[in-house]
Amino acid sequence: MTQSVTQTKQTNSSPPALRLRGITKRFPGVVANDNVDLTVDAGEVLALLGENGAGKSTLISILYGLYQPDEGTVELRGQPVRVTSPAQALKLGIGLVPQHPLLVARHTVAENLALGGGSGLFPARGVAGRVRELSGKYGLEVNPQARVSDLSPGEKQRVEIVRALMRGAQVLILDEPTSVLTPQEADALFRVMRELKADGRSLIFISHKLDEVLAVADRVTVLRRGKVVGGRDTAGATREDLAEMMVGRSVDFTRKRLAAARPETPLLTVRNLTALGARGLPALRGVSFELRQGEVLGVAGIAGNGQSELVEVLAGLHASGGEVTLAGQPLTGNADERFRGGVAHIPEDRIHSGTVPTMTVAENLALRDYARAPLARGLARDLAATDARARQDVEAYAVATPGIHTPSRLLSGGNIQKLILARELNGSPKLILAVHPTYGLDIGATDQVHRVLLERTEGGAGVLLVSEDLDELLSLSDRIGVMVGGELRGPFPVAEVTRESLGMMMGGAHPTVIPGADQGVIA
Amino acid sequence: MDNVFVEALVRALAVGTPLLLASLGAILNERGGVVNLGVEGMMAVGALAAFAVAVAPGGNLWLAVLAAAAAGALLAALHALATVTLRANQFVSGLALALLGTGAAGLLGKRYEGAPLFNKVPDWNLGGFVISPFTVFALLLAGALAFYLNSTRSGLTLRSVGENPAAADVLGVNVGRVRTLAVLAGGALAGVAGAFLALSYRASWADNMTAGLGWIAVALVIFVGWRPLRAILGALFFGVLYYLQFRLQGNSPIPTEVFSAMPFVLVLVVLALAGLRGQQGDAPAGLGRAYMRGER
Repeated sequence: MTQSVTQTKQTNSSPPALRLRGITKRFPGVVANDNVDLTVDAGEVLALLGENGAGKSTLISILYGLYQPDEGTVELRGQPVRVTSPAQALKLGIGLVPQHPLLVARHTVAENLALGGGSGLFPARGVAGRVRELSGKYGLEVNPQARVSDLSPGEKQRVEIVRALMRGAQVLILDEPTSVLTPQEADALFRVMRELKADGRSLIFISHKLDEVLAVADRVTVLRRGKVVGGRDTAGATREDLAEMMVGRSVDFTRKRLAAARPETPLLTVRNLTALGARGLPALRGVSFELRQGEVLGVAGIAGNGQSELVEVLAGLHASGGEVTLAGQPLTGNADERFRGGVAHIPEDRIHSGTVPTMTVAENLALRDYARAPLARGLARDLAATDARARQDVEAYAVATPGIHTPSRLLSGGNIQKLILARELNGSPKLILAVHPTYGLDIGATDQVHRVLLERTEGGAGVLLVSEDLDELLSLSDRIGVMVGGELRGPFPVAEVTRESLGMMMGGAHPTVIPGADQGVIA
Repeated sequence: MDNVFVEALVRALAVGTPLLLASLGAILNERGGVVNLGVEGMMAVGALAAFAVAVAPGGNLWLAVLAAAAAGALLAALHALATVTLRANQFVSGLALALLGTGAAGLLGKRYEGAPLFNKVPDWNLGGFVISPFTVFALLLAGALAFYLNSTRSGLTLRSVGENPAAADVLGVNVGRVRTLAVLAGGALAGVAGAFLALSYRASWADNMTAGLGWIAVALVIFVGWRPLRAILGALFFGVLYYLQFRLQGNSPIPTEVFSAMPFVLVLVVLALAGLRGQQGDAPAGLGRAYMRGER
């Protein structure tokens, strides 16, 4: 890292690889970017930090030609350029590795790489050589013959990187690249990033994860409410420093869960649970575990290993075999009966499964019990009671919305999540099923969701927390299990696992080194 | 025995020809992401255009086929305008054009009703095997289309647009242009399928001459999983069904209407079977959805 800092200083005389001057972009009612200046040198990794809504996405969209700035200029190696489309950005040598891969799933890697280029006949054949060359040079393992739908998130990301490099990208933007990766895959990505940097390319790295920023970036630029509020070299910086710049106040990173000795009363008992997945293949192969009162049980795993099915089975949305009891009673019935029996569900897809986007905030808040007293009298809904409770919920959970009759699709992700929490926790549930509850939320909203969940455990509720964010799992859970191929490894007391050991298990390694598995010891 | 078999095959190929031509056209635009339910209408206007040019003084058969393609493409241009440019619902637009096409052809074709065509497109006799040039063209086209889709840059672009238009868009592909051209080509082929009916198979003009063949072609596309070479087999399959229908019709106590309804009943059966086998999964991922930049 010291080496690159000196490099930066040596090249100060020549113009930077990329410079943004005074970029301003206004949308009706908001200034998304306000006079933003930013530079990246050749052979440098710049981290772009900021909370949701700080203007990072807008800035990237401008760089990648999706938006035109209202004011300001983009300069490449000292030359002002106009980026009018993503294709134009690629021509200018600006590549983007998007957060969600933009690939044709049914096609092969080679076909995806040949799209928009390649030879007239047999376009996919010509690219294999280039792929091998780039793979070897930067350690990017990619099989050109593989079908994209068969690839892991990390592999898809490598295809995106190879594609950008094939188009001659000198400036590479990585938009939250690690959000879908295991820790091991993330480390592999960082090695690739360092290779690209050593080769003189410029990288813009966007991440919420401050540890990663410190590990891989040379410099950070921090955006808050559309403005650059600071920047510094990462050498000598701490997580707390960066978080404070980003949020504007100091942030506490200590473990949120103060694990105390808890009553060991079992709440949820799951025995030999089996279920079929979407394609009729086994998704759960005999899952057994116990969740205690007041416990947060974390479930780690790479998407598609049965976590979704596990939660759907418990919520009453998916047929299954096996035995489940909640507080001593067999847990059966449909989703509505289970909700009334004390099962709350914070679903994975908060927009489409958690809400009806075109319905109002008040209607969404009433989805669980609009048909019952006190929200209904006989066959008629009591709209006044519905609205009154909606106002209470909006206030209690600090849902930022123009009004309770605003369609929920107009709310930000964090506020939609608060709305769902308010609705699901209304009935004082015994069991809370929370899937990726803070995915994509900024530090402030994440913190609020975490506090609400932990508060409920104080009252004896149990939380089954499914997350791909290992830091979240480690900071909230009492015990953590890992879903691999439809089986649950563990759960292990949180004191006995680390990011690395979880990452290994997620990748399929057996937990041979971990003692005390499922012994029920809570640290 | 041999003769019966050859006759069955010749007849099946003949009925299969318009099905194959129209479904190849539909495969082309559906692989690009646009559903075209208007095939029946485009076939009808193609048939009328072909017949009108062929019976005109000095009627040139090549010109007649060309007119049919142009008429089909013209109707398809409305579909492209509605669904690609204006992003209207593809299913509703297609249905409207099916009605418009058959209705317009029936109305404009009134004066040709009952008129015979003296210069019908001559069949080829390949060693006792009588076959229409249209059939040969359709068979060759299936192979060419398969090669085009799988092995050319342009075909790859088309397939990518049908699967994930956003991915193609960021790489500089003009999604709207690709889709529009595919819809026009699909409409032109439906028109040529109509020309076959007017110039060769029936060699006359009658109202509702397409008789639901366009609808069967639409279903055939799903049945064959959007694959051109399989469409040959699918068209033959339905061709054989039509042949059996004709054969059984004459000497059977069952009313003819039952036989006439048979192909459509079988379409339902075949599609249900395809659904059970999970074949809808072969549909291009972006099929039926308008593309707008910025929506991810």
